[in-house]
Amino acid sequence: MRGGWLRVYAIGYLVFLYLPVILLPLFAFNEGTVIAFPLKGFTTQWFVELAGIQALHGALLNSLFIALITASLSVLLGICAARASTRYRWPAKGPMMGVIMLPLVLPEIIVAVSLLVVIVQIFDLPLSAWSVIAGHTLICTPFAIAILTSSFQGLDLSLEEAAVDLGESRWGAFSKIVLPLVSPGIVASFLICFTISLDEFIIAFFLTGAEPTLPVYIWGQLRFPTKIPAVMALGTLMLVASLLILSVAEYFRRRGVRRIGGKDSGGFL
Amino acid sequence: MSAIISLSNIEKYYGEYHALRDINLEIAEGEFFSLLGPSGCGKTTLLRVIAGFETVSSGAVMIGGANMAHVPANKRPTNMVFQSYAIFPHLDVAQNVGFGLRRSSMSAAEKEAAVTDALKMVGLDGFGNRAAHALSGGQRQRVALARALVLQPKVLLLDEPLSALDKKMREQMQTELRRLQRQVGITFILVTHDQEEALIMSDRIAVMFEGQIAQLASPQELYRRPNTRRVGEFIGVMNFLEARQVGEVPDGVELEIEGLGRIDVTSAQMPEGARALADVIGLRPEALSLVYEGQPAPVHSVDAEVLDRAYYGDMTYYDMKLQGCSTPVTLSMKNLMSRQVLEPGQTARVAWEPGSLVLFASD
Repeated sequence: MRGGWLRVYAIGYLVFLYLPVILLPLFAFNEGTVIAFPLKGFTTQWFVELAGIQALHGALLNSLFIALITASLSVLLGICAARASTRYRWPAKGPMMGVIMLPLVLPEIIVAVSLLVVIVQIFDLPLSAWSVIAGHTLICTPFAIAILTSSFQGLDLSLEEAAVDLGESRWGAFSKIVLPLVSPGIVASFLICFTISLDEFIIAFFLTGAEPTLPVYIWGQLRFPTKIPAVMALGTLMLVASLLILSVAEYFRRRGVRRIGGKDSGGFL
Repeated sequence: MSAIISLSNIEKYYGEYHALRDINLEIAEGEFFSLLGPSGCGKTTLLRVIAGFETVSSGAVMIGGANMAHVPANKRPTNMVFQSYAIFPHLDVAQNVGFGLRRSSMSAAEKEAAVTDALKMVGLDGFGNRAAHALSGGQRQRVALARALVLQPKVLLLDEPLSALDKKMREQMQTELRRLQRQVGITFILVTHDQEEALIMSDRIAVMFEGQIAQLASPQELYRRPNTRRVGEFIGVMNFLEARQVGEVPDGVELEIEGLGRIDVTSAQMPEGARALADVIGLRPEALSLVYEGQPAPVHSVDAEVLDRAYYGDMTYYDMKLQGCSTPVTLSMKNLMSRQVLEPGQTARVAWEPGSLVLFASD
């Protein structure tokens, strides 16, 4: 068979990648309290149990709030940086952009510890959702910049000049021409930052105050074996939610590409 | 005709780079004016200075009698057709054309009528609802024109508008732009590197080299009497032969020209600066011709050999070696049925037209 080994490799790759993920919903609907084969019966009791945990709801709301603010701030900063780097030249631009992008590869544990020192020791501020937001914005902004830069780069500079030539102010040209054209990039970077912040653990673990984020809460629950099936159910819900978010993001991205008649050069899905 | 645009002593520096040097120019109302030059000569920079996208280092830009020093691009009575057309891809054709009207005080119905008229004018009647990306190159060009003309600017600026089109479409648009310009009566300023395009379309042409205007003249004058060897080389094809003054005649000089012999040249054939002592003459390919067998040889003719030829269908261009002349010359002949196309190696008599000769100062 032609390409036999390639096929084996491809299947093996997919199994390795997705089998653990498929286990999640499997055990979420399993009646047994222990995570082990063989499976017992089908049940939805773990989902019902989830609905009754107040602390979980608090953690979820906390995480959503942090992710929303983080994504908004990162996209805003990302737009400024991406616009500046694609449109203007200034001294030491290369090193400056490099430093901005550095958190992309900086170990999160270092970011987390240093932010903890800065916030608690130097500024003597209490830890709260806002300290987590600060940390998350720091690591999410480079992602937003990376996505938005490619959006801004694809823009013909004369589009903006044409708008100015036709009577618009510089801000008018930016808001009426540039922003609509980079909006697929804005949506995509927003959703990416949102998901990064939502499941980020290390920074949240160090900087969270009295109210934990969802990943920190889940980590706390893992110490109690009886809670594990409920965590599985929670994981299943998060999996479904992320798939939905990604699909929506991809839908908007493709629509954006179609609308300006561009060639589709691949997205997340 | 009064001047709609007046540029005086324009200088433009990008850091150390001297992009525009002492530009002085008056462009009349209703004129089709071209800025012609090789890439990097400053023609686009000059256009952008007029549009307000570039500031000048010194000098004054006046449009319609008003100083534009502190008038930003969006307040100037100029509109531009960009090289890339810059059609807004997220808007349809009518929204593109109507973009500049949004701030005007017209009623919605008046705006719609203006957009419809503009589309009709450029031959895109009924295209209003088309998506911008569904247009061909030629149609984009027309939308860009309609979008600029709908605002009734005093001056329309065109930055290499035809360079992205294929040859057939380009020729069609050249005629059409010219027709459009006569119809609306607005001053058009065209930037191009294509000398043929400039000759076809313009009332006047400014040839630019290295940020300077080398010659400012009508197409005919530019072609017939280029003022420097460089302009002659840039516009069309020109043969250059060394010449030496051997005597003086009333209103002119007697020259000894390499390969062609002695001839009297009048002062009208000498641009300013040509000293006629040790200079260069220019002769267009059509001022030279083959003398076929059986035809009487004119007075001004020499023996020559065909080095190479290029057959264009309507014309044949020959590279000829004139007897006693080291520089090969190019001559062109119309391909009439009765005329045989000569092959390399064949010899023929070459006649030349002394009145078409132009004298240059040697570099």
